[in-house]
Amino acid sequence: MTVDGAAADLVPMVRAEKVRKHFGRLEVLKGVDLEVQRGEVVCLIGPSGSGKSTFLRCINHLETVDGGRMWVDGQVMGYEQRGNKLHELGDKEICRRRTQIGMVFQHFNLFPHMTVLENLVEAPRRALKESKDAATERALGLLDQVGLGDKAQAYPRHLSGGQQQRVAIARALCMRPKLMLFDEPTSALDPELVGDVLTVMRDLAASGMTMVVVTHEMGFAREVADRVAFFDAGQVVEVGPAQQVVTAPQHARTKAFLAAVR
Amino acid sequence: MTSLPAPPLPDIDKAAGPDLTVVPKRHPVRWLTAAVLLLIGAATLRSVFTNPRFGWDVVNTYLRDISIARGLAVTLELTAVCMLLGVVLGVVLAVMRLSVNPVVRSAAFLYVSFFRGTPVLVQLLFWYNLAALYPTLSFGIPGLSLDANRMITPLVAAILGLGLNEAAYMSEIVRAGILSVEQGQAEAAGALGLTRAQTMRRVILPQAMRVIIPPTGNETIGMLKTTALVSVLAVPDLLYSAQILYSRNFQTIPLLIVASIWYMVVTSILTIGQFYVERRFARGNRTLPPTPLQRLRQMFSTHAPIATGRQP
Ligand SMILES: Nc1ncnc2c1ncn2[C@@H]1O[C@H](COP(=O)(O)OP(=O)(O)O)[C@@H](O)[C@H]1O
Ligand SMILES: [Mg+2]
Repeated sequence: MTVDGAAADLVPMVRAEKVRKHFGRLEVLKGVDLEVQRGEVVCLIGPSGSGKSTFLRCINHLETVDGGRMWVDGQVMGYEQRGNKLHELGDKEICRRRTQIGMVFQHFNLFPHMTVLENLVEAPRRALKESKDAATERALGLLDQVGLGDKAQAYPRHLSGGQQQRVAIARALCMRPKLMLFDEPTSALDPELVGDVLTVMRDLAASGMTMVVVTHEMGFAREVADRVAFFDAGQVVEVGPAQQVVTAPQHARTKAFLAAVR
Repeated sequence: MTSLPAPPLPDIDKAAGPDLTVVPKRHPVRWLTAAVLLLIGAATLRSVFTNPRFGWDVVNTYLRDISIARGLAVTLELTAVCMLLGVVLGVVLAVMRLSVNPVVRSAAFLYVSFFRGTPVLVQLLFWYNLAALYPTLSFGIPGLSLDANRMITPLVAAILGLGLNEAAYMSEIVRAGILSVEQGQAEAAGALGLTRAQTMRRVILPQAMRVIIPPTGNETIGMLKTTALVSVLAVPDLLYSAQILYSRNFQTIPLLIVASIWYMVVTSILTIGQFYVERRFARGNRTLPPTPLQRLRQMFSTHAPIATGRQP
């Protein structure tokens, strides 16, 4: 690592600097600026198609950025600075950086051919080269923590959506990430299952985890997030303290969006 | 008395009460079709065993003949080696077809087009006659010079011809399998920090197996039978061994029956094997397909459609 000790605490966990992304001729991110401090929870809200998922995926380099810079933990994501040149990283090195960033998807994306426990220990064992015992012990602890201690040997398809999503969170946490990304983690769930997942996320936030959460749950955003950023048409239109953005938005487009989702 | 039909009974057992017997629905048509088919089968068998020209005593003698057994061994070896070559090269080609590099992609595409676009018998003859095209083989290595006639024995030509051809078909099967796995799986694996190779090996291919295994079983059975083509190269496989025998004793039909019986025995064993391999790879993904006994019981007892085990 290039930064250490007291200096590390000053560097934001995520710093997006004029991040641009286009798919073909469609410009999806039009120069996004956003910082996420250590231990901070930032919720991204905004209409469908505004680029929230794409922005989140640029943070862990599932998408490459076309312009600007995405800094994660003091380093440009996907590149390495040598002298005054940025060298694109190879598969191995990108994977190593990704091990420090957990991601939770809307549709869980658990590995269906593995048991819950196997889902959790796969990456710690293959990517971090941990011993089976160490990984298993931590995995079982995390399953307890998300209230699924008795499901270790179950296959994902035998779990409810809410249970699957909690397994997905535990799977990401099993890598001991510094940063967690959530892409609409409750959007695919039946309403009565949303609460359990949000509870797990609340506990995680309370434990000091740095989190970036794309969500339509305005209650969660208001209560748990430190700041909320409103995306529209590939830009951050408004960003500020959660309470303020959700209850007293300044920008007309934010007001219109919030009025529509209520 | 009223002419209104009784309302549908929600629970037969409860509605029946203590003094009524439940009579399951009969299936007269099922029994009738089964009987007709059994009758046709019996007539066929009778003709087969009463026509002396089938030469069953000759069949019986040669069924355990040593040269037939050797031929069967060659057929089995050839099937195994060619399928192995086909599967390994097929996986490589499938991954190449999905590469981001357009040159790699096109190379695999051309390979598949060429081998699928020409008859395998023609390919076999090409390999067999390679020496006419390249009398010496150097593989571009300076100083190396191998006599093609000695290198390309009939067996080598057979393995190359059948194996390389099979790879083209297997690559399409593997590719379909890989594409059948949701995009989200690779993303989740990547986000966890697994490399592309680890993702392919640990996450994508195991799930693709569900789609890859059934047609691969069919390919293996097909390969077993296709190996009979190598008799044109005078490779002593099962068919060629039978041909050698009947060219001497003129018992053509009985010896072809002997070969057919052995082909059928092996394909039957392979089919059973395929069934259990499929069950193994269904792990965690869907309800297991019923065993043959379960199917039979189902057919005569319920209205339920026979589960095919292919539900999404
Ligand atoms: N891989 C892709 N290829 C082409 N277009 C894409 C791709 N991913 C996203 N898009 C487009 O980018 C726009 C923004 O998508 P997304 O970031 O998913 O928005 P949001 O998450 O805010 O709903 C949408 O119009 C979507 O169709
Ligand atoms: Mg989205």
